Amino acid sequence: MDVRAQISMVFHLDKCIGCHTCSVACKNIWTDRKGAEYQWWNNVETKPGTGYPGKWEDQEIYKGGWEREGAGSIQLKGAGKAKGLANIFHNPHLPSVEDYYEPFTYNYLNLIEAPPGDDQPTARPVSLITGKPIDVKMGPNWDDDLGGSPDYARNDPNLEALTPAEREAMFQLERMAFFYLPRICNHCLNPGCVASCPSGAIYKRGEDGIVLINQKVCRAWRMCVTACPYKKSYYNWHSGKSEKCLLCYPRLEAGHAPACMHSCVGRIRYLGVLLYDADRIQRAASAPDGEITRAHLDLILDPFDDQVIAAAQRNGVPDSTLKSAQNSPTYKFVKQWGMALPLHPEFRTLPMLFYVPPLLPVMASVTQTDGAQKERLNPIAKTWTDDWLYDTSTEELWGTIEQARFPLKYLASLFSGGDEKAVAQPLKKLMAVRIYRRWKTVGDIDESRVDEVLKDTGLSRDSAEAVYYLTALAKFQDRFVIPPAHREQALEMLEFTGDTRGSQGFGFLERPERGA
Amino acid sequence: MALPYVAAILFLVGTIQRYRATGFKVSSLSSQFLEGRRLFWASVPFHFGILVVFAGHLVAFLVPSGILAWNSNPVRLLVLQITAWAFGLSVLVGLVGLLARRLTEPRVRMVTTPMDLVIEILLLVQTGLGLYIGYAHRWGSSWFAADLSPYLWSLVKLDPQITAVSAMPHVIQLHIVNAFVIFAIFPFTRLVHILVAPFHYLNRPYQRVIWNWDRAAIRSPKTAWSATRPRNN
Repeated sequence: MDVRAQISMVFHLDKCIGCHTCSVACKNIWTDRKGAEYQWWNNVETKPGTGYPGKWEDQEIYKGGWEREGAGSIQLKGAGKAKGLANIFHNPHLPSVEDYYEPFTYNYLNLIEAPPGDDQPTARPVSLITGKPIDVKMGPNWDDDLGGSPDYARNDPNLEALTPAEREAMFQLERMAFFYLPRICNHCLNPGCVASCPSGAIYKRGEDGIVLINQKVCRAWRMCVTACPYKKSYYNWHSGKSEKCLLCYPRLEAGHAPACMHSCVGRIRYLGVLLYDADRIQRAASAPDGEITRAHLDLILDPFDDQVIAAAQRNGVPDSTLKSAQNSPTYKFVKQWGMALPLHPEFRTLPMLFYVPPLLPVMASVTQTDGAQKERLNPIAKTWTDDWLYDTSTEELWGTIEQARFPLKYLASLFSGGDEKAVAQPLKKLMAVRIYRRWKTVGDIDESRVDEVLKDTGLSRDSAEAVYYLTALAKFQDRFVIPPAHREQALEMLEFTGDTRGSQGFGFLERPERGA
Repeated sequence: MALPYVAAILFLVGTIQRYRATGFKVSSLSSQFLEGRRLFWASVPFHFGILVVFAGHLVAFLVPSGILAWNSNPVRLLVLQITAWAFGLSVLVGLVGLLARRLTEPRVRMVTTPMDLVIEILLLVQTGLGLYIGYAHRWGSSWFAADLSPYLWSLVKLDPQITAVSAMPHVIQLHIVNAFVIFAIFPFTRLVHILVAPFHYLNRPYQRVIWNWDRAAIRSPKTAWSATRPRNN
C-alpha cells in the first residue's frame, strides 16, 4: 500500500446557478494575458450541450484519454510514445482555435472617438489575435442556457447513449431541462497530459497531487492538449507553451481556497484531501468498462483506518494532512455518503474532481404518456391541462428518479461511464435527504416513510442531517479543508535561497515571452 | 576562409548563451493551433525531407568511404541520388508551403518574427541550390564523399585545405557558404528546437510524480537540516 494524499474537489451540481463567477475569478487571476485570452481553465457549460471546446467529450474527434486494449493494458488514444513522436511535426488531433473560439474584444474607443455622423457609433468586435474586425461565431459559453437548441443541445455527445425516441422525448417543450456543468482540471491520478508530454514538462506533485506544467521545460510539442480528454490543457499561441489550471496552488499553500471556489456564489464547491493507494492506480485505470467507476472509487482509502494511517505516516504524509483528510468534505461526499461521481470515468484518467449529479429537474416529473394523458394534452399549446404536470410530491418514492426528465442513461453517460445504477444511487440519496428534511420542517410526511427512505439508501438520520448541513449551511471552513502547506519546506522546494543570496530576488528572471 | 570557424564559434557560444540567458524561449513555437490544415502539407514534407537530407550529408561527412563503396555500383548510385533528390524536393515543397502559409495566413503572420522569415528564406535558398547542384553537378554523393568530406575534416583538424573547394563551381561554393551562415545564426532562430528534440521520452515511464522533499526522510529525527539543494530542482 503506497498511501498518498490528493487534494480533490466536489462540485454539487444542484447548487450551481450558472453565473460564471468562477470562470471570471480564474480569468482575472491567471489567463488575462496575450495568448491565454481564449483559455478558460474554469468554464461552465450548459448540459445538454456541446461545451467548450465544441463537442470535447467526443473522443472520436479529439482522441483524448486512454483506451483499454485486451486484458488490462491501456494506451493513450491519440498520443503516447509511438503516436506522439510520429505526429510531432503535425499533430492531426490537435484542436485549433476555431474549436474553442477566436478571442475577441470590442472597439469601445470608437464609441467616444467616432467623428460626428449620421449613424450611432458602434463598438465592433475585433480579434485579439490579429486585431482585425471579426464576426464572432463562438465563445466559451456560447451554448449558455440553450438547453434544447438544435445546434448545441442536440449535438451533445452524451446523447449517443439514448435511443432516438428517448432523445425526442427529452427535447419535448414540456420536458426540456438543462443543468450547468462547471469544469476545471481534474488533477487526475492517471493523467493523460503527463503521460503524453514528450519533454516531460508536466508532472504531478507528490505531496498534494496537483498536476502542473513546468513552463521552462515545455517545448510546445502540444501532445498534452490532445491527450487530455477534458481539454483542460491549453496551448498558448503567443508564448509557445502549454498552460493549465494549477488549482491556485500559491493560494492553497497559503491556506486560501482556489479563486474559483472562493468566489463561488452558489457555494457548490468543496475541496479537501483524499488518501489513495498509488499501487493500485494502474489496475484501476485498466479495469473493464463496467467496473471503472467502482475501481476508481475503491482507490480512495478510509482516513480513519489504522492501517491506512500507519502506511501514510510511513510514506511521509504529515499528521496535519491526515487530519485534513479526516475532516475532508470530499471524503464525505465521495466515499462516506457515496453521493459524488467522477466526470466521464471511461476516459480512464481517474479524475479527482467529483460531481454530485443534479436532481433538480428530476423532482418535477412529467412522465405520463398513456392514452388518458394524451387526451388531456392541449394540441395547440402542447401543455397538459391537469395539475400534476410538475409533480413535486413524494407519493412515489423512487419513481420520479427512474422516469426523470433527464433520462438516467444521459446522466450515466456523463458520470458513471453508462452505469445507470451507479448514478441512480446518489440521486436517491439526494431525494432521501429532501424527504427527511421535509418531514422535519413541513411535517406532511409519515415518519415511517422517512425511515423507509433512509434505510433504502443506507443513510441514517444523523448522516442525512450531515448531508443537509454540508449542502445547505456549510461555512467556509467546512467546505474547504486545506491541509497546511508546511511553508518551511515549501520555500526550499521552489528555490534554494543560498543560490540567490545577495542578488535581486526569485522567480522569473526572464520575462515569459515568445522567442525568435 | 575564417567563416567556418566564425560559424562554429557563433553556433556553440551562441547556443549555450541562448539557453542560459533565454532558455525559457526555447520552444518549437508551433503555430498549428492557429492554422492546422496547410501546416500539415508543409510541415510534414519539410521535416521528414530535411531529416533525411541532413542525415545524408552527415553520413557522407562521417563515413565517406562507405558512401563511395555503395556508389561503386551504378544502380546503387542512381538509387541513392534519386532518393536524396526526392527528399530534397520534399523539403522544397514543404518550405514553399511554410513560407506561403506564414505570409498569407493572417493569424500566423501575427506570430511571425523577422528572424523566422530570414531563416526560412536562407533554408529555401539552400534547398534550391542543393536541388540544382544535385541535378547539374552529378554525382554529388560521390564527389561530396571524395572532395568535400576531406575538406570538412581538415576544418575539424584546424588545418583548412581549401584547394578542392576553391576549384568547385560557384554554385557549390555558395551552398557551402550558406550552410555556414545558417549554422552561425542557428542559435538566434527558432531552429534551436532541434536541440531539445524529445528523445528522452522514449525511455521514461509515462507518469511523472515529483516530490518536493523526501517524504520519509523529512519525518525522521535522524535527518539533519540539510544545506544542500533539494532533489528535483
